[in-house]
Amino acid sequence: MIGLQHYLTISAVLFAMSVAGIFINRRNLILLLMCIELMLLAVNFNFIAFSRHLGDETGQVFVFFILTVAAAEAAIGLAILVVLFRNQRSINVQELDSMKG
Amino acid sequence: MHSYHLTIVLAPLAAAIVAGLFGRQIGRAAAHWITVLAVGLSCVLSLIVFKHLYFDGGVAENYSVYTWAVSDGLRMEVGFLIDRLTALMMVVVTFVSLMVHIYTIGYMRDDPGYQRFFSFISLFTFAMLMLVMANNFLQLFFGWEAVGLVSYLLIGFWFKKETAIFANLKAFLVNRVGDFGFILGIAGVVLFTNSLDYQTVFASADNIAAQSITIFGDTAWNAMTVICICLFIGAMGKSAQAPLHVWLPDSMEGPTPISALIHAATMVTAGIFMVARMSPLFELSETALAVVLTIGAVTAFFMGLLGIVQNDIKRVVAYSTLSQLGYMTVALGVSAYSAAIFHLMTHAFFKALLFLAAGSVIIAMHHEQDIRKMGGLRKYMPITYWTSLIGTLALIGFPGSSGFFSKDALIEAVKESHWHGQGMIYWIAYLSVLLGVFVTALYSFRMFFLVFHGKERMDKKTKSHLHESPWVVTAPLILLAIPSAIIGWFTIGPILFGDYFGGSIQVLAGHDVLSGMGTRFTSSAAFIGHALTQPAVWLAVSGAITAWILYLYRPEIPGRLRDKLSPLYTLLDRKYYFDELWIKGFAGGGRRIGSLLWRKGDEFLIDGLMVNGTANSVRRLAGVMRQLQTGYLYHYAFAMIFALALFLAWLLWLS
Repeated sequence: MIGLQHYLTISAVLFAMSVAGIFINRRNLILLLMCIELMLLAVNFNFIAFSRHLGDETGQVFVFFILTVAAAEAAIGLAILVVLFRNQRSINVQELDSMKG
Repeated sequence: MHSYHLTIVLAPLAAAIVAGLFGRQIGRAAAHWITVLAVGLSCVLSLIVFKHLYFDGGVAENYSVYTWAVSDGLRMEVGFLIDRLTALMMVVVTFVSLMVHIYTIGYMRDDPGYQRFFSFISLFTFAMLMLVMANNFLQLFFGWEAVGLVSYLLIGFWFKKETAIFANLKAFLVNRVGDFGFILGIAGVVLFTNSLDYQTVFASADNIAAQSITIFGDTAWNAMTVICICLFIGAMGKSAQAPLHVWLPDSMEGPTPISALIHAATMVTAGIFMVARMSPLFELSETALAVVLTIGAVTAFFMGLLGIVQNDIKRVVAYSTLSQLGYMTVALGVSAYSAAIFHLMTHAFFKALLFLAAGSVIIAMHHEQDIRKMGGLRKYMPITYWTSLIGTLALIGFPGSSGFFSKDALIEAVKESHWHGQGMIYWIAYLSVLLGVFVTALYSFRMFFLVFHGKERMDKKTKSHLHESPWVVTAPLILLAIPSAIIGWFTIGPILFGDYFGGSIQVLAGHDVLSGMGTRFTSSAAFIGHALTQPAVWLAVSGAITAWILYLYRPEIPGRLRDKLSPLYTLLDRKYYFDELWIKGFAGGGRRIGSLLWRKGDEFLIDGLMVNGTANSVRRLAGVMRQLQTGYLYHYAFAMIFALALFLAWLLWLS
């Protein structure tokens, strides 16, 4: 029987993977955006699992909102990425250090 | 009379403005005419005022002309106090000034700054008249500063001459020291009376003397003593009393006419006049009078000694001026104010005469001032010779001359003044003025013999050009020689013993030495007779004879004496090291302290450590901090998440 703890575990694994992805990935900015998406999905998992567990649909409604926001965020993120590429001719994360002190 | 008073003051001012601002347009002749006429007008009107007050029995006038400001009940006014003391000073100032104006026409004939010079000396006459005619302390201070300014301008008249610039700066700075005391004295007067007006202040003099003031910790000082000593410090600066005398010999760098007018006859006597004017205040403080007496005595004797070793003709006369100012100060110190003013008057005539005669010699010698290079000028310059002789005799106090009456009365007054006690101060003062007479005669005749008698030591070229000066130079000499010779005979009776000054000089009964002498005074002739039994005259004669032996009869002795007494000679030649004390000691010390504060305090501590130091440490800290800002997204993200994790852990731990 698959219980709440399995869902939470997979969610935590997903989240940890995405965090690791952000830190470890030093190359591609798209990967970074994907990791952020993955983080949001991990959170969504949590919402759905708890919604089911508690018998409260509010959590599922929340997931829709998060998906919508994530889509919008992905669109904006990709747009920024395109502009960045035009300016810098690169989306390599290690080269994006103009905020260096 | 009021319009007369205003005209006396304003005529020289107007002439100074015209000659100064429009000198180029009106030309040289017009510049000297307008100033001579203006000062002449002042002189005539002063004589009328004098006649009105003395011969016609007019009353002293004290009135305000213009109220400049009223602040918290303190009235600042321009006003005149015209009493007999003022009238005497006005006559002396305008007369000597007129003589010097005329003399200048000849002396400065070829100078490019001709109009400027006339403008300055006219301006000086205005300032000096404002000083003597003032009826309040503020106007006195205005005149005091204005004469100081003109003195500065005139000492540095030849502004391309390095030594002149040094001298005028020195005069200005040394006077600043005195003026500091003077303005503190005025501030003291205002503090205790809340008034600047002479009459109000004098009326509450007893009140001031009854109060005390604490300075330097808890020691209580009599308020009158403090005020009088402060005022006298001002007089020490202006009247060149030791140790603030150092500027006067250097001021001889200026043209000779101003040495005569400003640095001998009038401005330097402003301090003497001021103390005499403040007699109601000084009378109430015996401590202050003792200070005045001591300073005067030291100046009178020791500055006279310096005259013996000087070789510059003008500097010899300058040191004799210092010494004579010391005599006047001594007279003030023994409360013989009338004697001081009397000596001031006779001194103004014969010292102006001596300076102008020296100037006449300088013209003839083509601006050579070293008396070792002169000699035998008697036959080339008869008028200068005879007038110089009169001036020199008056200076040493030869019986019958004007200087004799004033100086002998002064010495007599010092001798009679027993109220300072028979202690050290009395003997310092008495011996100084007495021995000073010998010294005066020695250096005066030394200069006289070296210039007019003996071998002709000038070079051939100068010798071929020697001739008597033009009439504009000799006429003032003659006009000044007349009062130098005779004025003492006629005025000693009324001025010293005849209550000439009336209420304008106040002396306490216990201090009044002159009235005691007055009871024995019968006539000028009897005064001479009495003086012949006193040591002063014989000291003067022996001084003159010593000078004759040393410089005419056996001219090789002075050189030998100098070698024998070389430490003493060096001490005198270096003027007791006063210049070193002021320039190297005070000014140099001040500069060293300033330099120390600048290098260590300002540059190192404030600029270096505090201002730049703060900035530097901020920069250094920022330099470390900026290493945190790598600019890499993943570092920021790591920081965020790590902190978030910590934060969550903390929340969990709390719950």
